[in-house]
Amino acid sequence: MEIKAKVHKFGNNINTDDIIPAKYLNIYDPKELAKHCMEGVDEEFVRKLGRPSVMGHCIVAGKNFGCGSSREHAPLAIKQAGVSCVIAESFARIFYRNAINIGLPILESKRGSRRIDSGDEILVDLSKGKITNLSKKENYKVQPFPPFIQKIITAGGLLKYAREELKSQGVS
Amino acid sequence: MGMAIAEKILARHCGRKNVEPGTFIEAKIDIALGNDVTAPLAIEEFRKAGGTKVFDPERVVLVPDHFTPSKDIKSAEQCQILRNFAREQGLSHYYEVGKAGIEHALLPEEGVVLPGDLVIGADSHTCTYGALGAFACGVGSTDLAFAMLTGKCWFRVPQTIKFVYKGKLNKWVSGKDLILYTIGDIGVDGALYKVMEFTGPVIRQLSMADRLTMCNMAVEAGAKSGIIEPDDETIEYIEARAERPYEIIHGERGARYTRVIEYNCSKIEPQVSFPPLPSNTRPISRVGDIYVDQAVIGSCTNGRIEDLRVSAQILKGKKVHPRVRLIIIPATQRVYREALREGLLETFIDAGAVVSAPTCGPCIGGHMGVLAEGERAIATTNRNFVGRMGHSKAEIYLSNPAIAAASAVAGKIASPEAL
Repeated sequence: MEIKAKVHKFGNNINTDDIIPAKYLNIYDPKELAKHCMEGVDEEFVRKLGRPSVMGHCIVAGKNFGCGSSREHAPLAIKQAGVSCVIAESFARIFYRNAINIGLPILESKRGSRRIDSGDEILVDLSKGKITNLSKKENYKVQPFPPFIQKIITAGGLLKYAREELKSQGVS
Repeated sequence: MGMAIAEKILARHCGRKNVEPGTFIEAKIDIALGNDVTAPLAIEEFRKAGGTKVFDPERVVLVPDHFTPSKDIKSAEQCQILRNFAREQGLSHYYEVGKAGIEHALLPEEGVVLPGDLVIGADSHTCTYGALGAFACGVGSTDLAFAMLTGKCWFRVPQTIKFVYKGKLNKWVSGKDLILYTIGDIGVDGALYKVMEFTGPVIRQLSMADRLTMCNMAVEAGAKSGIIEPDDETIEYIEARAERPYEIIHGERGARYTRVIEYNCSKIEPQVSFPPLPSNTRPISRVGDIYVDQAVIGSCTNGRIEDLRVSAQILKGKKVHPRVRLIIIPATQRVYREALREGLLETFIDAGAVVSAPTCGPCIGGHMGVLAEGERAIATTNRNFVGRMGHSKAEIYLSNPAIAAASAVAGKIASPEAL
C-alpha cells in the first residue's frame, strides 16, 4: 500500500496531551476528537489539514512520539483527522501499541525523521517499508515490523486479528 | 543467563520455562483495569467484536477516578457506561464514588493486585504495581477490550535496566526524589520499551508508599514498567490485604540486564522538575525564586497516607501563603478516613488548605484546581507537560509532598528547611 502525503513536522517528545488535550477526554467519539487533533502543540493543525484531497497528510516527528498517557484517543484523533501515517525516530510504547491496534500506520525512521521537513511531499510504501522524499529526491530506510506486529497490521487492527485467529482455530 | 524478575513473571504467564527479551508472547493476565476515560472506548470495542461476557468478572476492574465525582454531563455519561457495564457483567471490582479512589492507590490498598501478577491497565500509570513484585503495564483501550474478551494480552518481552541505589537518604528525600533524579539522569525516553528494576540497600529500606511512587513514574522515562523484587516489607504489606493467593517471584541468579546504573543517594537532594518535562530536574538548592499560585498534594504518585503525614508535619501551626491555593487530595477513601482519624485534615484546614474528595482531578487538568493562563503550580503529581493542569500557558513544577507543602507556606518553591 502506497501513501502520498504532505508533511507536517513536529519535534521530540510530543506527548498525548499535545495530541489530544485531557480536557477533551470526556468524549470518545473519534469525529469529535479529530477536531482537536494536535491542539496542545499547534492550535492551527486541523485547519492546516484543510479538506480531504488526493494528497494525504503525514506527521513526521522526532524521538518518543506519543509519550505520556495511555489514551487511545490520541491515535484515534490523528487517524480520524485524515493523517494517513506517522513517521518518527522513535515512539512511546503505549502509543506504538495503540496505533498498531487501531490500524494507524506508524513508521520508525531515524534518517527520515531528521531529513524530512514541513511541507515536503513524501511517498510511503508500507509493504516495502520505504519512504521517498519527492521534494528532496531522497529515500529513507524504515525499521521493519516484527512478523507478529505485521500480522495485526495486515488484519487491520488487534480485534480484527483476534477474530481471524479465532476463525482459523475453528472457534467463532 | 538467568531471567530477571519481569521476564520470569512473563514466562510463567505464557506457560514457558524461559522467555528472552525481544520475543513476542501472548500471556494470560491476572487483572485487566480500566477507568472512566479509557473503559468507555474499550467497552464499545468489546461489543463491536461481538463480546457478550468478560473472560472473568472477578478479574476485570473498573474504577471511575479521572473526572469523578463527575465534573460535567459528558463525564457523567462516561461513568454511566462503566456503571451499566459493571452491573450487566456482574463485575466484583467496580468502585462507585464513595468507595472509589485513584485506581493505582486503590488497587494495592485493597489487595486486588498482588506479587507475581501480570496486570494490564488502560492507564499509563498501571506500572505502579511493580512495587509489589508484579509485572504491570499500561496499554490502550483496544488492548483492554481484547483482554476482557480473551483474558490475554500480547507483549514483546522487554529488556531490563537495573538501578542500584546506595548510600544514605538525605533529609526530606523520598521515593519521589529518587525517581525524579533517575528520570533527570536518563531522560524521558531513557528506558523506552524497557523495564526499570529498582534495587539496592536504599530501596530495601523504603516504605511501600515510596516504592509505589517510584514504580508509578517509570513510564515518565518511557519504561514499560518499574519493578521491585518483593521482600519482608512487601510481604507484610500484602499479607494484611491480599484477597486471593499469590506467589512471590524473584529474579534468577545471573539475570541479564541491558544496563546497570548505580546512584549514591548521599548526594541526592530533594528534586524539582521544571516544565515542560519530568526530566528537567534540579536539586532544591538550585531552584531559585519560583513563585507559585497553587500547590497540589495528591495523585496516584503521592496521595497516600504517608504523603499526607509528611505534609501535615510541615503545615502544623503554619498558614498557607495568602497568594497560594493549597489543594490536598487524599487518593482513596481509606486514606481520607485515616487522615481524619489522625487529625491531619484539621491541620490542613487550619493551615488554609482545601481538602478534596479522592480524584485524579487537577493532575490531568480535569477539575478541582485547573490553572488559568500564566499561573504556576507546584504539584506532587507526575507530569508537567504543557497544558496538563489547565491552560497551555500555565506552568507545573513537580516535587515531593514535603517540598509542595513548604512551598505553599513560603509562596515560592522552598525546602521545609527554609521555613
